[in-house]
Amino acid sequence: MTPDRKGETVLEVRDLHTHFFLRRGVVKAVDGVSFSLRRGEVLGLVGESGCGKSLTALSLMRLLPKGGAQTIKGEVLLDGENILERTPAEMRQIRGRRISMVLQDPQTSLNPVFTIGDQLREAIVRRKRAPHAEIMKEAVAALRRVEIAAPEQRIGQYPHQMSGGMKQRVVGAIAISGEPGVLIADEPTTALDVTIQLQYLKLLKRLQAETGMAILFITHDFGVVGRMCDRVAVMYAGRIVECGPVRQIFEAPQHPYTRALIASVPKMTGPVGRLTTIEGQPPSLMDLPVGCRFASRCAHVEQRCLDAYPGTVRVGEEHTADCWKVMPA
Amino acid sequence: MKRYVARRLMQGAVLLCMVATIVFFLGRLTGNPVDLMLPEDATAEDRAALTQTLGLDGPILDQFAIFVGKAIHGDLGMSIRMKQPAVDAFFDRLPNTLVLIPWAILLGMLLGIPLGVVAALHRGGLIDRAAGTVAVLGVAMPSFWLGILLIFVFSVELGWLPSGRMGGPAHYVLPVITLGTFLVAGFMRITRSAMLEVMESEFVKLARIKGLSEAVVIWKHCLRNALIPVLTLWGVFVGNLITGAIVTETVFAWPGIGRLTYEAVIYRDFPLLQAVIILKSILILSINLAVDILYAYVDPRIRLA
Repeated sequence: MTPDRKGETVLEVRDLHTHFFLRRGVVKAVDGVSFSLRRGEVLGLVGESGCGKSLTALSLMRLLPKGGAQTIKGEVLLDGENILERTPAEMRQIRGRRISMVLQDPQTSLNPVFTIGDQLREAIVRRKRAPHAEIMKEAVAALRRVEIAAPEQRIGQYPHQMSGGMKQRVVGAIAISGEPGVLIADEPTTALDVTIQLQYLKLLKRLQAETGMAILFITHDFGVVGRMCDRVAVMYAGRIVECGPVRQIFEAPQHPYTRALIASVPKMTGPVGRLTTIEGQPPSLMDLPVGCRFASRCAHVEQRCLDAYPGTVRVGEEHTADCWKVMPA
Repeated sequence: MKRYVARRLMQGAVLLCMVATIVFFLGRLTGNPVDLMLPEDATAEDRAALTQTLGLDGPILDQFAIFVGKAIHGDLGMSIRMKQPAVDAFFDRLPNTLVLIPWAILLGMLLGIPLGVVAALHRGGLIDRAAGTVAVLGVAMPSFWLGILLIFVFSVELGWLPSGRMGGPAHYVLPVITLGTFLVAGFMRITRSAMLEVMESEFVKLARIKGLSEAVVIWKHCLRNALIPVLTLWGVFVGNLITGAIVTETVFAWPGIGRLTYEAVIYRDFPLLQAVIILKSILILSINLAVDILYAYVDPRIRLA
């Protein structure tokens, strides 16, 4: 990684729309998402369950679940090339090599009937052709890189012989063994024990520093965002409502939803009180309001919030929010 | 694993005792074999003499006690009709059935498994529905009907294949198709449902994230997992084949243990019937045990547990 390339945009998502076309209606799960990711950066994608975070990730991989999901609009520019226009065969060449992903549940992410070594090998041979022994040597090195002890023994083992944390490391090793420029991590620590979570985050950080890859880090946990991310995008009901550097978002959140999310993170200091929650439910993605999607839960709602969607407003350097309240008068 | 095998053997022994008891009493409900063996004008003395020779004159519980006592020593009696030990009669015919079964299974797997995979890939589509129809047909067609139909078409009308008896490779075709058809359907349905489940797994998603080709994702990552439930059915299928062979072998005049069973029933050859059923049960139980052990080799989670 040459230092001068750091900061260059590797992934740009423009106005992405992924909808589920069901018999009973259209679920607008991702409805106009735009963001960019720079080399060597960690961008957090935060939001509550069902806001479209994971589906955004799967849209980028072009691995949408079966059953009516379809990306109908938008661009996904990977190194300037719109991968939504690539053929399935071309897309296979891109997956693993240029964009890769770590899934949420390590217990089910590995194939139970093949050894760790075999599953790693499949990913490594995508990158280089070499004699079996050499590939296996690389597989051992890949396990060592994700801090797995005694990798020579582990290579011949099956997933069920490992702990959840270890499996998630293996998944990580598989995901990055194609040396991708972009790694999507979809709640990679949600299924892990709290003590293991921190180790895994540190590992991801270290791997990122070593490889210079960009990480799109999906989480619902604002605490993890502060630890991991350079910038954060807050997603609500299929859209990104606020995006900016982590510091600014934490210190001066502009969107009421972001403020409510940050307020609901339990604090370790200060007096013990009731946990702050956000009242109400997000709108149905099948029947979205014309105005601001957070309006029904917002404490500062006004008539104009209900009448029209505010649009994205620049509130600081690299900091945007979709809210009428921040709009210059 | 040793304890598991020992427990299974114990269960098998209990099951065998039950099978032996049931077949003993059930067989005797069919009537007296003497009626079939003697001419219609035989005297009462002749009938009584033959009944005594066959050991059918005492109270039925006494007969049962004698049967159990001998069976423990491996003696299942003399076949009434064949005038040879029933066990020998069974083992004389067994090879003829065993040469059919592997071909039927091969046919079932070779057609059924790929069909199941393809049906799962095109779920709800034309291929899936066509395969579903094949499956229903395969299960619903009674083998005596299918066998006769095949004989009618390929032996009588077209004259391409022999209609029965053992012989060269051509003699195998129709019996194997008759036996294997329901297996095609069985393998297809199980493979399809197992594939549908596996294809939704996260590890399949990860395989795609790695950039593997669809062929590798489907035929390696999915199928290997889907084969686990398919393999479990092996035991059931082999059992079905051994029982199914009764009809098929009768239709095709195939001298195997299926036809032997049929003959034992028709001629009220009680010792032979008992021997055939008990030995078949042993065969099926051993196959099931073998499959379960084999299972452990396909699924590493069981192997090491």
